[in-house]
Amino acid sequence: MTPSSSPTAEGVLPGHDDAGGHAGHHDHPSYLVDGTTVKSWLLTIDHKRIGLMFLASVLFFFLVGGVFALAVRVELLTPGPTIMDAMTYNRAFTLHGLIMIFLFMIPAIPAAFGNFMLPLMLGAKDVAFPRLNLASFYIYVTGAVLMVWGMLNGGLDTGWTFYTPYSTHTTTTVAPVLFGAFVIGFSSIATGLNFIVTVHTMRAPGITWFKLPLFVWAIYATSCIQVLATPVIGLLTLLVVGENLFSFGLFDPARGGDPVLFQHLFWFYSHPAVYIMVLPAFGVMSEVVAAFSRKNIFGYRAVAYSSLGIAFVGFFAWGHHMFVSGQSTFDAGVFGVLTMLVGVFTAIKVFNWVGTVYKGAVDFRTPFAYFCGFLFFTVFGGMTGIAVGTVSLDMPWHDTYFVVAHFHFIMVGATLMAFLAAFHYWFPKMFGRMYHEGWGLVSAALIILGFNATFIPQFLLGNYGMPRRYYEYPERFQALNVASTAGASLLAFGFVIVAIYLTYALFYGRVAGKNPWRSKGYEWLSESPPPTHNFVGPQPTFPEEPHYYVAPKKDEVNDV
Amino acid sequence: MSDIANKILFLPERASTFAERVDVLHYFVVGTTMVMSAGVGLAALFFFFRFRRRVPNQTTEYVVPDLKTEFLFVSVPLVFFLVWFAIGFRDFTWVTTPPKDAMDVYVMGKQWMWKFAYPEGPNGVNVLHVPANRPVRLLITSRDVLHSFYVPAFRIKMDALPGRYTQVWFEATKPGTYQVLCTEYCGLSHSKMLAEVVVLAPEDFEEWLKEQQRGRLQGRQDALADTSLVPPVARMAEQGEKLAGTQGCLKCHTVDGAPHVGPTFLGMYDRQEKLADGQTIRVDEAYITQSMMDPGAHLVAGYQNVMPTYQGKLQGPETAAIVEYIKTLRTANVREVSSEGPAYDPIQ
Ligand code: HEM
Ligand SMILES: [Cu+2]
Repeated sequence: MTPSSSPTAEGVLPGHDDAGGHAGHHDHPSYLVDGTTVKSWLLTIDHKRIGLMFLASVLFFFLVGGVFALAVRVELLTPGPTIMDAMTYNRAFTLHGLIMIFLFMIPAIPAAFGNFMLPLMLGAKDVAFPRLNLASFYIYVTGAVLMVWGMLNGGLDTGWTFYTPYSTHTTTTVAPVLFGAFVIGFSSIATGLNFIVTVHTMRAPGITWFKLPLFVWAIYATSCIQVLATPVIGLLTLLVVGENLFSFGLFDPARGGDPVLFQHLFWFYSHPAVYIMVLPAFGVMSEVVAAFSRKNIFGYRAVAYSSLGIAFVGFFAWGHHMFVSGQSTFDAGVFGVLTMLVGVFTAIKVFNWVGTVYKGAVDFRTPFAYFCGFLFFTVFGGMTGIAVGTVSLDMPWHDTYFVVAHFHFIMVGATLMAFLAAFHYWFPKMFGRMYHEGWGLVSAALIILGFNATFIPQFLLGNYGMPRRYYEYPERFQALNVASTAGASLLAFGFVIVAIYLTYALFYGRVAGKNPWRSKGYEWLSESPPPTHNFVGPQPTFPEEPHYYVAPKKDEVNDV
Repeated sequence: MSDIANKILFLPERASTFAERVDVLHYFVVGTTMVMSAGVGLAALFFFFRFRRRVPNQTTEYVVPDLKTEFLFVSVPLVFFLVWFAIGFRDFTWVTTPPKDAMDVYVMGKQWMWKFAYPEGPNGVNVLHVPANRPVRLLITSRDVLHSFYVPAFRIKMDALPGRYTQVWFEATKPGTYQVLCTEYCGLSHSKMLAEVVVLAPEDFEEWLKEQQRGRLQGRQDALADTSLVPPVARMAEQGEKLAGTQGCLKCHTVDGAPHVGPTFLGMYDRQEKLADGQTIRVDEAYITQSMMDPGAHLVAGYQNVMPTYQGKLQGPETAAIVEYIKTLRTANVREVSSEGPAYDPIQ
């Protein structure tokens, strides 16, 4: 463990020499204790508190989504009915998907950690529009309540993709759930807009575009997608509600509508949406790998530009979800090639991360363990993405468990690893306390192992021909399903451990000190936990690029 | 060799010409994926050990890749990916473009069954008979929501869309029975929407076809019964008409609009029928079928419960034929059919 008293003033913070700062700083209390009433939290416009409230909400929904995931896995232990009936099962996987995607993965990293870290990394006091930031939290809560209420009263059974014409004919309650998704969209757009303006206008003197931390680049690219794509799904949900309640006929062939039109509109948002989930994860990992190998980012510009590249081509790859939907063979070809480009941009990132470790000084801590898991999930998940992008191979794989495993690897695996890495890496920054490193490593190992054990059998199930969204299945698929369920239990067990030691650390953890990792990420220049206005004294300047661990030459003085 | 690979990868039996094409690319892509992941993983592992931290505040050398390295990072994967794409796209084009001499089969998905119909005659539910070594084109549609027709052993899949036909083709390489699964979520019993393809040796298939046609013409006491000489007329409704005669339906039901012992067949389909218990019911396929199997279940107002059950006397396709026949007897009020509501209300 790094002693907290070691000299950590590695950055440049004029007029501030309290290197061992902690929660109890008298003139500038940390944001955690600056006002302790419920109202001071619920009506706060401090980006850090809002970030924490988002964090608490997404963790809650992760728990709910996780419980339903386990229910689904347990049901699939036997070929026939196991613990529930078909309708319950169909609702359970829909609930799992919707909650995990809309209420956990999309807001998880940007709204929780992005909110907290972005202003710190820019040397700013807050985001550009603090009140809009708070509004975006309440919009999210409103949408979430609507969605959950709808799912409990009537219960949607369409899957998170709510394809028409099934979703416009089902007797279950589609309208409130979709309306909830519509409302949440506004939260997503508001947050994205806020971040874009913040990055453009709030950078401290010295932070040029190419000195932005890579996490900021990633959040910036993500925000662009959010602002551009979310309106499409917003309108689409309204159209489906209209179709469902008033039979508009837009997607209904009996009235001259087109069910495939729905799929185009849906994937036009939902494919970029996978990058909304995974780009912030890439950003977190760029920070973590640099911090724990004490290394400048290998190919900083390549990593930064590839985020924008993914954001851009991500908009043109949606048709790869529709190779066998009746679209023309030509379309399939175009979407296939564009899909390959996404793969190349991801590959650039992967190689540069590995390059970052080269000639570094690796400290194998919990966040770094998650980086290893992340690397594997991204490479394997990305490569299987290329595999399904190879159109002839997608024909047997489409809508089978192979696809389920693929998108869990890349979207869930990568994002989850990043979420956990971010949580562990920034825990001391956010709460000023340390967690137990041993438990951290053990649970990381369990989670990575459990994840592989859950989803590798699903790749094989897909090869074997098991379609997704099956309540019952032919006997020959059982062994692999049992293996997958066993893996899921291991995974769940890992999470329980994390929940326990982090909760413990929150209250009884050792005080962390300002910068326990000796990281040179900009956010560590502030106190841990930071005071309400982030920096004490005059605005900091940032002469060095982030993660600049180069030894100062003898005659060079750290110019304060 | 490829059998071992198939076992390891859990690939099902390979039973079509497309499957053979796909599998080779499959091994290659999956193999490269594993080599790549292992390569990246091992490189990373090596670096973790080689470059571990020795003192807490260790400084490092400032390393940036030169342009050549970055170029390599981009171009090597790009070339691989594009080659896979090119091969994959060639095969995809091949499987979505049926040869001209393919035998056509119509496939209709419906919650929760697959119906098959051959232009030259027989049709069936949940069992598709095809000859081996002959291209078969599937013309796929749906009656209600989306479905997707998937035969793992053939490696083919195609969505079934209401209001549209999609197509895909295959050439089965060996006789046997192969499972069909539905892979597009379609409601409550999605996972029970199973069917099978029975691939017969070409001679057996001809035999089967003849058998089917003979069966359909049962009761027809003329030379046309010898299907080997004269191809029979194919229409289901005509068969239904004959069956209605031979089974005695027409003794009690007229087809000219006049009520008799039972209600007339003319204009019956799609009518709102008033029942003896005061309710009304729409006459659809389900109701007609039920009336044959359990005539008393929903008695039409004004008639006696005298009709015998046909349970066990009529086979599935025969029942369907009679239903189709009754459906043709509605020209009189075709214009009056309301255009409100979708024509394919899903059956709950
Ligand atoms: C980078 C993060 C990625 C995420 C989060 C992600 C997520 C997903 C998701 C959620 C699906 C399933 C959609 C559904 O059917 O419900 C999917 C399918 C697909 N993904 Fe990815 N993906 C990612 C990367 C890639 C990459 C790198 C490629 C290829 C270059 C790729 C190619 C595909 C293809 C072709 C499908 C369609 C497969 C099918 O429906 O049969 N994905 N992906
Ligand atoms: Cu189906």
